Amino acid sequence: MFKRKDGMSRALVRRETIAGYLFMLPSLLFFLVFVIYPMFMCIYTSFFDSTMGKDVKDVFIGFRNYVELFHDSVFLGALRNTLVIVLVSVPITCMFSLWVASAIYDMKDWACSLFRCVFYLPVVTGSVAVTVVWKWMFNNYYGIFNYLLKNMGIIDKNINWLGDPKYALGCIILILLTTSVGQPIVLYVSALSNVDQSLVEAAEVDGATRNQCFWRIKWPQIMPTTLYILVITTINSFQCFALIQLLTSGGPNHSTDTIMYYIYYTAFKLYRYGYGNAMGVILMIIIALLSAVQFKVAQTNN
Amino acid sequence: MKTKSTGYRIFSTIVIVLLAILFTFPLYWIITGSFKPAKEINAKSPTWWPQTWTMKNYKTLMSKQKAPLWEIEVPFSRYINEDGNPTVISSGPTVPAAIRWLVNTVFMAVAAMLLTCLTAALAGYALAKKRFIGRSIVFTLIVCAMALPKQVILIPLLREMSSLQLYNTIWAVIFPIVGWPFGVFLIKQFAEGVPSEVLEAATIDGASELRTFFQIVFPMIKPGVGALAIFTFINSWNDYFMQLIMLTSTRNLTISLGIAKLQGENATDFGLIMAGAAVAAVPIIIVFLIFQKYFTKGITMGAVKG
Repeated sequence: MFKRKDGMSRALVRRETIAGYLFMLPSLLFFLVFVIYPMFMCIYTSFFDSTMGKDVKDVFIGFRNYVELFHDSVFLGALRNTLVIVLVSVPITCMFSLWVASAIYDMKDWACSLFRCVFYLPVVTGSVAVTVVWKWMFNNYYGIFNYLLKNMGIIDKNINWLGDPKYALGCIILILLTTSVGQPIVLYVSALSNVDQSLVEAAEVDGATRNQCFWRIKWPQIMPTTLYILVITTINSFQCFALIQLLTSGGPNHSTDTIMYYIYYTAFKLYRYGYGNAMGVILMIIIALLSAVQFKVAQTNN
Repeated sequence: MKTKSTGYRIFSTIVIVLLAILFTFPLYWIITGSFKPAKEINAKSPTWWPQTWTMKNYKTLMSKQKAPLWEIEVPFSRYINEDGNPTVISSGPTVPAAIRWLVNTVFMAVAAMLLTCLTAALAGYALAKKRFIGRSIVFTLIVCAMALPKQVILIPLLREMSSLQLYNTIWAVIFPIVGWPFGVFLIKQFAEGVPSEVLEAATIDGASELRTFFQIVFPMIKPGVGALAIFTFINSWNDYFMQLIMLTSTRNLTISLGIAKLQGENATDFGLIMAGAAVAAVPIIIVFLIFQKYFTKGITMGAVKG
């Protein structure tokens, strides 16, 4: 990378390196101390029986936390729920936002940015405010859902949406969807506006139908955006926490536990530090693998 | 436009408008709900528009708990004092806790925003324009960290913060936000557009590194910094999980955390909870609407080559 033909360029490389690191220093400091170090500690502590107690020393137990994990039915249930959430919400989020984006990207400027804002609103409103209002809307007695559905004659008895294992996870996925389409829509609108128009026009001249135009010409061009959206929505769905904690606390009877919520529960309610970290490591591995697969797909596509 | 038939266009517009109404409905429900009296909140058939407007929910919210409006500590005094508590040099008048939570949240979001922008601008510029040894390693590390779930580090982070005696202070929330490398990545994308000839010319003219940065580079990457600023502000405002773990005492809570606690204690007083939710959500929504152009730009720029 660095050609060192004479003393001059070596001095230059040194100068650049020193300047480079000095510029990087403040950022690197925060990055190493508050991101990289805890990440390593997460892996390290997962091999210990560790509690939050002041005088209790951590005990090295090797892979015992991991062995226990795969015999822990609550963890396996949480893993299953998380996968359900990811498998349902990620494709729907992508398709929904692609459809919305393709409907609004060629509208007039003001309309396009108005709709972009509207679909982003639930994200900006914040997970706590969004969750508490949905909790009210889903409420057994005073919720608007039961009222509307009863008036329309779809149900005849009030349904305890969040208290019934049959419905609770579905409700959570619905709320998650409304809070996760904002960013993909913005990305798709910008990707669709950057599609090479001359290709589209050429295809139209050749008599391509609307569908052909979309799948043959636009779709390949917005592929990188789709992959990026897949990665971020997957990571976000895996980290679903605030919704669970505020809506159901993992209940009824652990039916809505996600990995992230169960990590929180183990570490901060049961004070089982090492065990919680072991779950964190599993989550990291799953996400790293998925990201790697998605990046590989991206590379072969390019 | 030619690619869409008129019939389809009308159909899709109608669906989009309906969806837009559904997406704004929760916010509408928060705001109208916060002004409804208990009678309407707990009625069997909900009212779409408050029949009688009341401020009672807000009054209850403001009378719940009290806290001083601000407390200024002697920096690092908690490390010197034997009991581990800081020396407070100035504390404000006693106000409703919700007001203090807003002050905390604004302070946290502004501090996180300023620190992130400064550090990320410097680092992003160096990554884009300096050819230093180890550059590609640092960059790979940053990209890999971004692909990992940031919430899994919260458990070790809690321990680290307690040993640094930052636990239950607002800094415990601010520092990890500053450390998150998305900002560096974003600024790098912008800084790559700065022409190298301009930088070389500045060096030949004898401008120092810092002067080159502040007088030449910074004005050129300003749109990127603006996008990062608004992005960090909104995200840190809403970063509930970290706040939940790091902050405990009433006077240190953020507004989202305060509302979540309120909800835990008064689970069925929906009017009161909606008033809290409105106080938490309306300021950040206004900020978003004012700066949404920069915000959109930040999202799209961060995705390029993601």
